[in-house]
Amino acid sequence: VSGSVASFGLLAYIAASCVLAFVFPQSVLAFLLVEASLLLLCYVPAPLKIKIYLAALVLLVLIPFLGIFNGYYLEVAIQIGIYVALALGLNIVVGFVGLLNLGFVAFYAIGAYLWAIFGSPQANEFIPGGFFPLSANWFFLFLVFSIAAGALTGTLLGLPVLRLRGDYLAIVTLGFAEVVRAVVNNLDKPINFTNGPKGIAPIAKPPLFFKPWLEFFGLEIADSTLYPLYFYFIALLLVLLIILVTRRLEDSRVGRAWKAIREDELAAAAMGVPVVRMKLFAFAVGASFASGVGVLFAAKQVFINPESFTFMESIGVLAMVILGGMGSIPGAILGATGVTILNLQLLKGLSLWLNGLRQSGAELTLPLLGSYSLSQLPAQFEPAKYERMVFGLILILMMIFRPQGILPPRRDQRS
Amino acid sequence: LELALEILPQVLLEGLVLGFMYALIALGYTMVYGVLEFINFAHSEIFVLGAFVGVEVLFWLQDAGHLAVLHPAFVLLLVIAAGMLISGLAAMALERVAYRPLQGSARLVALISAIGASFFLQDALRLFESLWRNTFYLSYPTLDVLDQVLPLAANLVVPVKSLMVIVTALLSLAGLYYFVNRTRVGTAIRAVAQDPETASLMGIPVNRVIALTFFVGGAMGGLAGVLFGLHYSLVNPYSGFAPGMKAFTAAVLGGIGNIPGAMLGGMVLGLLEAFAASYLSLLTDGAFGAEYKDVFAFLVLILILIFRPKGLLGETVREGRA
Repeated sequence: VSGSVASFGLLAYIAASCVLAFVFPQSVLAFLLVEASLLLLCYVPAPLKIKIYLAALVLLVLIPFLGIFNGYYLEVAIQIGIYVALALGLNIVVGFVGLLNLGFVAFYAIGAYLWAIFGSPQANEFIPGGFFPLSANWFFLFLVFSIAAGALTGTLLGLPVLRLRGDYLAIVTLGFAEVVRAVVNNLDKPINFTNGPKGIAPIAKPPLFFKPWLEFFGLEIADSTLYPLYFYFIALLLVLLIILVTRRLEDSRVGRAWKAIREDELAAAAMGVPVVRMKLFAFAVGASFASGVGVLFAAKQVFINPESFTFMESIGVLAMVILGGMGSIPGAILGATGVTILNLQLLKGLSLWLNGLRQSGAELTLPLLGSYSLSQLPAQFEPAKYERMVFGLILILMMIFRPQGILPPRRDQRS
Repeated sequence: LELALEILPQVLLEGLVLGFMYALIALGYTMVYGVLEFINFAHSEIFVLGAFVGVEVLFWLQDAGHLAVLHPAFVLLLVIAAGMLISGLAAMALERVAYRPLQGSARLVALISAIGASFFLQDALRLFESLWRNTFYLSYPTLDVLDQVLPLAANLVVPVKSLMVIVTALLSLAGLYYFVNRTRVGTAIRAVAQDPETASLMGIPVNRVIALTFFVGGAMGGLAGVLFGLHYSLVNPYSGFAPGMKAFTAAVLGGIGNIPGAMLGGMVLGLLEAFAASYLSLLTDGAFGAEYKDVFAFLVLILILIFRPKGLLGETVREGRA
């Protein structure tokens, strides 16, 4: 009985939040409520089947529907999808195997640049014949290529460095990412491979192969509305695929070997776990997720440059994994969603609000300090620009007060 | 080749200045690694803090009209002392807040906390300067003495500020060496680095020694920050990352935990970087130039860690606690 009550409650909540988001399309808060419904789904004691239906309803119908009326919602949802994929990839390396990789963004960059170079006129600079940009149909092939390229670079980086102690490994991966970024930043000469700091544009979007079918059913949707929806569904599909792969791996022989290495490398080796091979495999799998989602990022952004692949991006993803709980798939998803929402919606919202205050020029009277005109608030002070502070606080506070994260893996809870 | 020889003395000088700066910063990494066995990732921000304290003190002197009146040597001493003191105290506070609660947990836990502290401090500095000066890109006021040059030879012009960096760094490195090797407190630091448990059984207050190590390392970082600011004049909250990473490379290069090693590593890395910046484009006919000097430092780091992870002089870190 309580199950059906809970299901009804959930449905009512979802309906209410969607109506709110529909009525107030500019409200960040309303969309947050919609997003929170997915979190609520995990905790309410309703039958699993109903939960899955409701999640599908929210993800497949409601968010796209809201997104048609407010493109920004979809933008946020796509970003969340990308970061969830990155966090799940890093979660394998940091969470399952316990190797701190501070250069995760390098693989993301490799995937993004792979499609950016060949999906734009850029490749004409070094391959004569004017074959480029490749037609949009190549997008999915490059998605596969980039997954392979990510796995390959992950393995190549892993081969020499995996013998290092944990903290040295962290610094070397950080160094690797900086080298990749510097090379991308400077490889506009002697031969122009990456166009340097100016970046690459325009990057081809994925093919709208389903458009004839839509037209067959009499649906005429403008490309500008169609593309965000399309990217949203690709991101959703990628994330679901990655979740599936990660779950299968976690429960397999490989996953058990990874966790054995994390708990005690020496004991694992003594038990016959091929430590180096397993670590390499983890590096490769994590890197391939990042690289694959990089292709999606490049296609979505249309323009990329090395600025998108800084050390801060790596730390952001690390903060997501740690916030959610190292080694926990739901944790990585929650962490990625939470941090992205915080960055894209809460901090930006706060910045807008402060800007409004500044322009209103209201007087603030504080006891002891006297009155202060809000228009004097320095224009430099914008919460949206302080994401480093947010990431930093998350990392310190989590390490001190809850190192296992918000949703620690089940196994740790039992022991 | 003639051109290469022509610029050699100037390149060497640049390398020395860089090298001393890296050596000063590297000391902070290596000393902390010695006692706590973890990479104090936020040390680069302690370094930047020193640079900001320096510029604030100079601004303050300028606004009060003292800058033109006081003897430049006194001004320099004041700025350096302020930078060292505040950076040292900040490093101690950092240890108390972000690291001590984590004592006894895994190595990576402390490293992650340190990375968090590094990011937090960058934006805290930015926030403070934004509210205080409405900008966080600051440039040092000019000191006339420092801008003079001593033309030693046709192809070697020594700016006074380079000389100042080298002299100050030499003095403080010698002082530190004496402090660690010849005083009671220095002996305590070395004892804790060797074996904290036994040291504590011998009556050494381990936590206080750790705090002191942070203070000394932080003060050296702060000194480097002030010198960096005086020499290159521009500072912003994010300018610590690259020097910090290179200084860490220097510490590893010399052998982590090893104080003379950090000095040697700093010198080697500074010279290598100056050479790379000047000669890379000559060697490759302009195909690759000075823009790869940062890559160069990272490549050195990766290569050392792979082929000689214990550094040039060997690391002095206790074994066992993985």
